[in-house]
Amino acid sequence: MNALSSAAITDFETRHPAVFNPPVWKRFMPLLIGAGIVLYVVYCWWFFSIGAVLSSGQWQRAELYARDWVSYAVRTTVRMSPTATTVTYPRFSELGDNPKPDWVVQNGNNVAISFGAGKSLDINDSRVIATRNGESLTVLIAADGAKPQGALPEWATLKEDQVTVTFGFAGQADIIPERVVVSRRFPGWANFVFDTNSPFWNKSFGEVASMITSGERIKPEMSNAALAFDNIWYNSSWQHGDVWTKLMQTIVMAFMGTLLASLVSFPLAFIAARNIMPNFFANQITKRFFDFLRSVDMLIWALFFTRAFGPGPLAGISAIFFTDTGTLGKVYSETLENIDDKQREGVKSVGASPLNVQRYGVVPQVLPVFASQALYFWESNTRSATIIGAVGAGGIGLKLWEAMRTNTNWHNVAYMVVLILAVIFIFDNISNALRSRLMGRQQH
Amino acid sequence: MSRAISAELSADGIQIERHWQELAARRRAYSWLISICLLVAVAGSLWFANESNAGKFFDRLPHFFDFAGDLIPRDGWEVWRAMFDLPSPYFDGSMKYDYPEGRVYLFGGFYFPEYFYKMLETLNIAILSTLVGFIFGFLLCFLAAKNLVKSKLIRFAARRYMEILRAFPEIVIAGFFAAILSLGPIPAMFAVGIHTIGALGKLFFEVVENADMKADEGLRAVGANWFERVGFGIVPQVMPNFMSYALLRLEINVRASTIIGAVGGGGIGEELRLSIGRGHQAKTLAIVLLLLVTIIAVDQFSAWLRRRLVGNQAFAFGGKQS
Repeated sequence: MNALSSAAITDFETRHPAVFNPPVWKRFMPLLIGAGIVLYVVYCWWFFSIGAVLSSGQWQRAELYARDWVSYAVRTTVRMSPTATTVTYPRFSELGDNPKPDWVVQNGNNVAISFGAGKSLDINDSRVIATRNGESLTVLIAADGAKPQGALPEWATLKEDQVTVTFGFAGQADIIPERVVVSRRFPGWANFVFDTNSPFWNKSFGEVASMITSGERIKPEMSNAALAFDNIWYNSSWQHGDVWTKLMQTIVMAFMGTLLASLVSFPLAFIAARNIMPNFFANQITKRFFDFLRSVDMLIWALFFTRAFGPGPLAGISAIFFTDTGTLGKVYSETLENIDDKQREGVKSVGASPLNVQRYGVVPQVLPVFASQALYFWESNTRSATIIGAVGAGGIGLKLWEAMRTNTNWHNVAYMVVLILAVIFIFDNISNALRSRLMGRQQH
Repeated sequence: MSRAISAELSADGIQIERHWQELAARRRAYSWLISICLLVAVAGSLWFANESNAGKFFDRLPHFFDFAGDLIPRDGWEVWRAMFDLPSPYFDGSMKYDYPEGRVYLFGGFYFPEYFYKMLETLNIAILSTLVGFIFGFLLCFLAAKNLVKSKLIRFAARRYMEILRAFPEIVIAGFFAAILSLGPIPAMFAVGIHTIGALGKLFFEVVENADMKADEGLRAVGANWFERVGFGIVPQVMPNFMSYALLRLEINVRASTIIGAVGGGGIGEELRLSIGRGHQAKTLAIVLLLLVTIIAVDQFSAWLRRRLVGNQAFAFGGKQS
């Protein structure tokens, strides 16, 4: 490759002055834009006091909450009294009314709790020995507090009269005068199918199957299959019935809202399209009507219709219907204004009535596009229906929001999120498949 | 609608006619089948929606326009008093007519009306989260483009990552961060911003994949490295489209941050929900008007800028992306 001679370079520079010597404002434009963005971010930082909020956030909770999505903790309390050592579980324990977990071994006044390989807690009257990966800590419990013997390892903390030992994911124990409170964590969702009140609880799949098919009736008024379904549907900690009903509401809201919107905006779009309805005022009125419906936010419609119909999917359907009549009407009328006029002229030239001109000259051209756009909105409304649900317009949104606000039901949140993601995934694929059939592969 | 086959047709003609009729009949049968399925789905959906709603459709239908009553103030001036936080002559100690209460004083007697301030808050949430989404979407999209990254693994990882960010319900992100940072605009910003990264990233990498690779080839020929090729060959040609998509996203984000605001993210959405719930007509009307004007203004501004940036192709598919 030959290097350019200096003469050639100056020649290029004189021939393309705009490239080599751009005006000053153009040269500094990116810098100015960058500075503007930085200034804006600084302003927002101050406006929302982002720094203060972020630093006062309880970030250690993030890990705890994230852990709750996929695991559950079982709590147990070991009480040491002069007469006897007792192990108790809370009333609504995940382990049922009479728990006998294999990770708690009681032998007289000696209680051994296992937290997995190499991690254990040995409680012997007033002496507690915590072992984690070879290191061990002895805590003596006196009347005025727990007294750790020797230096505290980094997995133990002393706070006033209480020693807390942590075993990572497996759990932790608070050693308090007269008792040890243990929280033992297990991966998975506890009692997902049957809750502890169900006669089918804690049975293997085979046992449940044989009880349903050939077992004696547990409740005389219903068959075992019906009872099993009833127990699952009304599972007290997972509320499958309620969750699935709410999920169905969300799906119905998106489906009905989009369908009604496309049915109503279809004829209105013909009025709004300049080339189809030559009346200027009719065009403008319909178009401004679409703009109005679209610009009044879906939230405002949702709040108003929640007042009208009460909380529930009817409010959600109406909100989506109103907003999307506006959006679809706009999109449809723009599509109509861009159609090929030759077909219409052809139909008109053989003497068809105005209605027939639309039916045979316009509709066949636009129908696949219209259907494809409606499907696209259906898909996107399945997502937005979740959010407007949270203000009371029906669907899973409110349930999701309430589960999150309690701060303790993150496993329920995870369950609902999985369901929502599955629904979105399925409907995306259905809508994509239908759209590519309508429009051909290239269109989206 | 089956027609008798005309006797005047030739043998071939009769066959063609019969074949056509068969096809038409099958098509009609399919249309009927689809229509019936749709009808059943609609009837079922409506029944289900009505059953599981708090109020029944026909009982509540007379109340359909009740919301109009939520919007009629005692007199026309009340709206402006509520909007600009001026004292009301109807003030009786209740919150309903206590407009000056929400004034945000900047200095001395100069104040910012409450709802304008809240609207600004919502707008700032939308703009900042669009900005964050743009920056991260911009950085991610090149890793997901087939024409720039040869490694299938990186592309797969980048695409799935953006997909997860996009599909995850915004409200869950908002709720999760609200549990850590307490309720307020910042969890809303996280929610909208994270969703925007995924949504913009997807649109961006599709633009990059459709980019003209001649500039890139030229740069490669003179020995440019990957960053130089992307920076000088791809970015200048995709930037107008990127900006156009970001503006489109801004329109959506203004609406999204209003909605997230209503469930606890602060801003104008929360004010609107409270005001409707408490039955403060003048305040509600003031907020609705303010929201309407802002949304129209943002939409018009973004449409104008997009038309300048990329011409009419920006309007190929309506105004909604998810």
